[in-house]
Amino acid sequence: MFPAHFDYVRPATVEEAVKLLAKHGDDAKLLTGGHSLIPAMKLRLARPQVVVDIGRIANLSYIRETGGAIAIGAMTTHADIEASKTLRDKSPLLAETASHIGDAQVRNKGTIGGSLVHADPAADYPASILALDAEIDVVGPRGKRTIKAVDFFVDLLQSAVAADEIVTEIRVPATAKTVAYVKTEQKASGFALAGAAVVIGPGGVRVGITGVAATAYRAAGVEKALAGQTSLTPDLIARASAQAAAGVDALGDIHASPEFRAHLAQVNTRRAIEKALTRA
Amino acid sequence: MRRRRWPVADPNTTPYVGRAMKRIEDPRLIRGEGTYTDDLRLPGMVHAAILRSPHAHARIRKIDTTAAKAIPGVVAVLTGADVNASCGLVPCAAAIPDLKAPKHTVLAGDRVYFVGHAVAVAVASDPYIARDAIEAIDVDYDPLPVVTNAEDAVKIGSPLTHPDLGSNVAYTHNVSGGGNIDEAFRKADRIVKHRLYHQRLTPMPIEPRGVVASYHTGEGTLTLWTATQIPHLIRTLLPGMIGVPENKMRIVAPEVGGGFGAKLNVYPEEALIAHLAMRLHTPVKWIESRRDNAAATIHGRDQVGEYEVAVKNDGTILGLKSKTIADLGSYLQLLTPAVPTLTGLVLTGCYTIPAVKMEIVGVYTNKMATDAYRGAGRPEATYLIERLMDVVAQELKIDRLDLRLKHFPAPGDFPFPTSCGLVYDSGNYAAALTKAKQLANWDQLLKDRAAARAAGKLSGIGVSTYVEICAMGPSKAMPAGGWEWGCVRMEISAKVTVITGVSPHGQGQETTFAQIVADRVGVPIEDVVILHGDTSVAHYGRDTYGSRGTAVGGTAIVMCIDKMIAKAKTLAAHLFETTSDHVVFENGRFTSPGVTNRVITWPELAGEFYVAKNLPPGLEPGLEASSFFEPQNFTFPFGTHICAVDLDRDTGHVKITKYVAVDDCGPQINPLIVEGQVQGGIAHSIGQVLFEQTIYNEDGQLVTGEFMDYAIPRAHDIPDYILGSTVTPSPINPLGVKGVGEAGTIGATPAIANAVMDALEPLGITHMNLPMTPEKVWQAIKTKT
Ligand SMILES: Cc1cc2nc3c(=O)[nH]c(=O)nc-3n(C[C@H](O)[C@H](O)[C@H](O)COP(=O)(O)OP(=O)(O)OC[C@H]3O[C@@H](n4cnc5c(N)ncnc54)[C@H](O)[C@@H]3O)c2cc1C
Repeated sequence: MFPAHFDYVRPATVEEAVKLLAKHGDDAKLLTGGHSLIPAMKLRLARPQVVVDIGRIANLSYIRETGGAIAIGAMTTHADIEASKTLRDKSPLLAETASHIGDAQVRNKGTIGGSLVHADPAADYPASILALDAEIDVVGPRGKRTIKAVDFFVDLLQSAVAADEIVTEIRVPATAKTVAYVKTEQKASGFALAGAAVVIGPGGVRVGITGVAATAYRAAGVEKALAGQTSLTPDLIARASAQAAAGVDALGDIHASPEFRAHLAQVNTRRAIEKALTRA
Repeated sequence: MRRRRWPVADPNTTPYVGRAMKRIEDPRLIRGEGTYTDDLRLPGMVHAAILRSPHAHARIRKIDTTAAKAIPGVVAVLTGADVNASCGLVPCAAAIPDLKAPKHTVLAGDRVYFVGHAVAVAVASDPYIARDAIEAIDVDYDPLPVVTNAEDAVKIGSPLTHPDLGSNVAYTHNVSGGGNIDEAFRKADRIVKHRLYHQRLTPMPIEPRGVVASYHTGEGTLTLWTATQIPHLIRTLLPGMIGVPENKMRIVAPEVGGGFGAKLNVYPEEALIAHLAMRLHTPVKWIESRRDNAAATIHGRDQVGEYEVAVKNDGTILGLKSKTIADLGSYLQLLTPAVPTLTGLVLTGCYTIPAVKMEIVGVYTNKMATDAYRGAGRPEATYLIERLMDVVAQELKIDRLDLRLKHFPAPGDFPFPTSCGLVYDSGNYAAALTKAKQLANWDQLLKDRAAARAAGKLSGIGVSTYVEICAMGPSKAMPAGGWEWGCVRMEISAKVTVITGVSPHGQGQETTFAQIVADRVGVPIEDVVILHGDTSVAHYGRDTYGSRGTAVGGTAIVMCIDKMIAKAKTLAAHLFETTSDHVVFENGRFTSPGVTNRVITWPELAGEFYVAKNLPPGLEPGLEASSFFEPQNFTFPFGTHICAVDLDRDTGHVKITKYVAVDDCGPQINPLIVEGQVQGGIAHSIGQVLFEQTIYNEDGQLVTGEFMDYAIPRAHDIPDYILGSTVTPSPINPLGVKGVGEAGTIGATPAIANAVMDALEPLGITHMNLPMTPEKVWQAIKTKT
């Protein structure tokens, strides 16, 4: 598996990287962990003329508490997120989610920024990012802007980050402890056939679903059915979870029919809510 | 964490045979110090890439290579028109009467017959440029109708895979044996019918194929390194393809990273790359990509069968009829048409079934060829007979173990002639079953299942009692001879060099053979080296497949050692001034009690043999012996596997809660290696039963062309096995060994499938095709609840 010819540049700062992206336009691709981009290049499904390796830019890998949020540098690896004590103690959903990604090698190289921008419909983080109502900072030629999680995943393999922008930071609430991520793996790839992330808080229940549709989504039907409820009984949870794929155009392929994916979304939503409640 | 079950033996103590020793070959492999084909770098070496068909069936109107040839660094771009005349036809060694065979050229002629069919080759100074070059080749295809399902392919009006053959049927093969089948079915109280499907599987060795060829123009000699299980068979067959005589051809199988039958073949690329090296006067390397491996290395299984069992109400089985359609794919590889016929040889499993009839229809479709894949034919047979035993027991409402026990031949019935025409060498099937029940805590298992069911859970237990064919095999039954060759040489330094004609690639024979040799010769195991996989070193051999290495290859070595010791005794007698019959050899020491107190050890004797100043008249210098071993029969390992599963009603997920395997492969040279082989085999079955499947869509596109879509078992899919054994020696070879390379996968597939079906039985579900994926299980549960 040999990629097509490409040039390689390694900027030292975000500003320099933004300039390189502006200069090369659509011919350029950012590289961080390489665990989505390089497989695609080896299969020659991606053929960037210029690979802009931002993986070594300093200070984009961190996890720290700021105010009521935990800020995560875009280049933080899945392994660092999985192991983070700050996240585990205060807001464990992303750490739990990261533990479901690929294998140790993938987790040691892949980054949260790369995963989010890649917007794979079966990636794990998107469900949790949605359930956490996270914020994503990006920097581009027009400066810095913040994208809300609900606006982030636009379509299959397409995020709200423009080709000339770079994700720098992800922020999640520092107090989300009643959380869970439950995933059914696609047997070959290990990606999500259906993954449900749940955050239960004073404001209600938020549910993010990945793997089921062209983009990860908030399960509005489930959230509505549980809104304002003080006691989440098993019966209520089951009835609400049945809405996990309501109105969603579920994907079908050799690994699962649309019907089965939608069904797994319901089951995993129910299981995630039940599991989250044990962590209240 | 998995318990460590084996105390690993101290390598400095003897006897070595029977001890759970770590493998001698492993440290270099674990440290990344093994030399695989892709590790070879020869001066001046260029790189080949192969352009493959994106169509399952098409006429090639035109191939334009101009742009590809113009790329700097490209050495050559060639098509079928350029090379086929010099590369001969890809061989099929199976002798099937009235076989219709397409001409299998190394590159496509004017048509392509499957996705992945090699169309053109580009050679360049580096592999990147070679890959660029094949992209620049412009092929004008005219797509043709496609058939991808063997049952459709035999229907009138089906598109033809090879229109020139006039039919998709390659052959029809009828086997019948034992008593009169019609009478058996007339006398039956009941006829139990069942249909079973063995899905197509992709072997997916972790190392794909690869070839490096180097031609010495002056000498006219060719050296071919290839990731193969069969260097010797290639040396037998390749000369006829590329015109280099056998004695000027050296085939080397370097470190080989998994075969499972997929590398038991002569592939087009082996002739093609050899030809390119000769044509371009420079060494050429070709390494298969994962995608090409999935598309253009053989697949396994892909049979569908209708089975009928004639039974009495008391469970007595009178006869078995089977009709199998085997999907051969579009071409015949080395053993393609023979694999389904192997199923016919063990159709009756380990049971007395008085009459059998089997019809096999081999069918061409626009897919990659099927061929021998782990177990080749025997897993198919075992799966069908073991499913049928459960179906019969269920229909007759009799205990499935009683039904099995009732039909076992007794230990005194061996050698046991079967209705399929074989003679099973030795066995004690009930003993293996009893031991497996003990290890599984059978009665408790039944209680647990009852309790789980009472609590509304779907819980099942599956059993399989199997027998298989190993130690392949007697030459009269093998297309190219089934003997094995070996050579044992004691060097002047008393180190022992052993050369074997088998070609181990994961079976561990560098260790097991060293154990055998160290004991028999009486030297420390570190003094023994096992050489293999190079036809210039191991001049003759029949290689590794069909669990033959130790039973056939190991025996050849034992014969060499016996000859070598006999020769050594002659010299010892001379030195003792007595006759050979007064020389005693024990633990590496020669003595002559009553004649002298002198002790002669190997170093002394080896020195005498090579300095050759004091040899008795007529005794040749040098201490070396070689032997060919011709087995008189196959061996027939057997065993019982028991599997317990819980099904998740909500997700259809199957969880294996207990797995017990008792295998009898005769005496075990190294129980650690036996366990490893069994573990790997069961893992293959977990894949086959629960998730693995090769899928072509209706257009003949391969949908499972990489690991993102083709699921192989991983560590977390494997439960903690409880493994045991019984030991019934084979009378066929002096070691008494039977073979264990395929036992795991032969025994395990039906045990796991039977467990899933047992779990579904309370819902009235009696049938499910492999693989039993969560979605299928969920759908089945849903329709019944
Ligand atoms: C074997 C394997 C198994 C996997 N299993 C899973 C799994 O189970 N679940 C799962 O969710 N994922 C899985 N992945 C994907 C993995 O998580 C990837 O690491 C991740 O999707 C991409 O992150 P990366 O840092 O490797 O990005 P790269 O591959 O370097 O880049 C991915 C894309 O994002 C862009 N990009 C990268 N960083 C930024 C940035 N900071 N700003 C803007 N654009 C950027 C790149 O240009 C590129 O288009 C698997 C991958 C492999 C190889």
